[in-house]
Amino acid sequence: MGQTIIEKIIQKHTDEEVKPGRIVWMDLDLRTARDFGGPNVVKNYEREYGDDPLNDNRRTFFTFDLCTTSCLLRYADNQQICRQFALKHGVKVYDVDWGIGTHVLIEEGLAKPNTTCVGTDSHMNLLGAVGCFGQGMGDVDITFAWRAGRTWFQVPETVRLRLPGKISPPATAKDLTLFLLRQLGTKALAERVAEIYGPAVEALSLAGRITLCSMITEMAGIIAFIPHISPAAQQRIEEYTGEPWLAYGADQDAVYCEELTINIDGLTPQVALPPSPTNVYDLAAVKGKPIDSGFIGSCTNGRTEDLEAAAKVLAGRKIKPGVRLKVVPATRRVYEECLEKGIIEVLFRSGAILLNPGCGGCAEGHAGLTGRGEVQVSTGNRNFPGKQGKGEIILASPEVVAASCVLGYLAGPEDL
Amino acid sequence: MKPERIKGRVWVLLDEKGALIEDIDTDQIYHNAYLHITDIAQMGQYALGNLKGWEDFPSKVREGDIIIAGRNFGAGSSRQQAVDCFLALKIGAIIAPSYSPIYFRNAINSGLVVLRSPQIIDLLAQKKLTTGDIIEVDPVTGQAENVTKKVSFLAEPMSQVQREIWKAGNLFAFGRRGIKPGAK
Repeated sequence: MGQTIIEKIIQKHTDEEVKPGRIVWMDLDLRTARDFGGPNVVKNYEREYGDDPLNDNRRTFFTFDLCTTSCLLRYADNQQICRQFALKHGVKVYDVDWGIGTHVLIEEGLAKPNTTCVGTDSHMNLLGAVGCFGQGMGDVDITFAWRAGRTWFQVPETVRLRLPGKISPPATAKDLTLFLLRQLGTKALAERVAEIYGPAVEALSLAGRITLCSMITEMAGIIAFIPHISPAAQQRIEEYTGEPWLAYGADQDAVYCEELTINIDGLTPQVALPPSPTNVYDLAAVKGKPIDSGFIGSCTNGRTEDLEAAAKVLAGRKIKPGVRLKVVPATRRVYEECLEKGIIEVLFRSGAILLNPGCGGCAEGHAGLTGRGEVQVSTGNRNFPGKQGKGEIILASPEVVAASCVLGYLAGPEDL
Repeated sequence: MKPERIKGRVWVLLDEKGALIEDIDTDQIYHNAYLHITDIAQMGQYALGNLKGWEDFPSKVREGDIIIAGRNFGAGSSRQQAVDCFLALKIGAIIAPSYSPIYFRNAINSGLVVLRSPQIIDLLAQKKLTTGDIIEVDPVTGQAENVTKKVSFLAEPMSQVQREIWKAGNLFAFGRRGIKPGAK
């Protein structure tokens, strides 16, 4: 019987029979922890395993990205706990100067097609963008993985998701992603894997693939793969891994639990209002709502292409007085690319606040919070109550965040 | 030894309008402001601290109580603290129609009893399950009874791995019982 992509990847990492619903023991190629979860992993490890060596220290990494200014003592302490453990066990630390761990794993060529990777990051599954089975896990799971090099996993069912139609400006990969959240909610992909097909997703840049794959978590899914890839995205990934793109495709006779078709022709900019990422509307329906601040960055929209899209909107314009726009490149490499392309200068001259790479505005610390009553339009992936302070978070594309910050209300570039 | 059956007083996570709250995310269960805490004993006081109407849950809950939650419970972050805070409060079990995949794993690995029961939606609609009821559940078979209202219902039985981890105590103890370390 044919296999889906996830079944093939799991099969490569286990000797057991792989079929949906079965629980198998799966080998893990990469085992990571962040400055969030990492100190808990250290504590668990030393309590459970004492001085025992890691299963493979060369495939174990710390990636600090949560509080990359170390502006809170408790995080500074926790980062130091991880560094000391790393020194003792010979583990590489991608420290606070590197940026978002998942993106660093891609850029460093560590996250490769057909591999498995776990970490203390619920958006670890954005690695589906490069054909890697990434999975976020809690600190108990990760501790065990560091010692055992493997974990149990229930083979998930796969949904074949077809997206006929094209996206054209002003709609972007983020609008497509928000539109899918609107259509699929948290039920259709719950505890499942998606294979996504269609000309629009197959034309996406690597950045666009990451945007889409990063928000499968918000749909309660396990991971998404986009089997067909654009030449540009393929070239990018091959540069990073130094290997030809040989990601698994599904077999012709692979078995899916469901086939879904969503026509995306005529897609327009979308925004997610509080209280959840699935509370999505056409931008046109809520245009004009006053905003106080903006955030561009995150593992969903923190790549060079995302900052470039914002810079195109902001070039020669100024952010409205009184509005604050914070920009956080995903990684140091992204920051460098933006410097070379003049993007940083455009953003700075528009009035944006630029911060060092990291998870930025998606968590406490680093890029600050929103105050009570503040309305922030954000390129992040979550707008649950209290997620980023006490204010309201509206999720949107970099273009919409940029335009809204110029006008002081929810708007798209076409309104400028 | 683990008890064969879990018996406890029920808390049904309802919103202000009396509806079962769906998609409760980990920031509502255990807010990111407290993620730096690594001592489980300190985590109980923050359980459900950011869920509207439930902020005082830690002061009301008793050891062994059972939480009834809406579908996709534990959405969002991978934080173990969203499980650990309930272990700190010695919650007997959580029963929900479904969970976010990461949350479900985290709970299983920590030995917190999490059971899936789509049937609770009907029970709630028929007022056959309300806060304060005493229920008794066999987590291995999923056989459950609302002792107060004398109604039987079903949860999905634990998977083999869930059962074994629960019986061992947690993933670490389970691992020491013969999971060979070492990837291929």
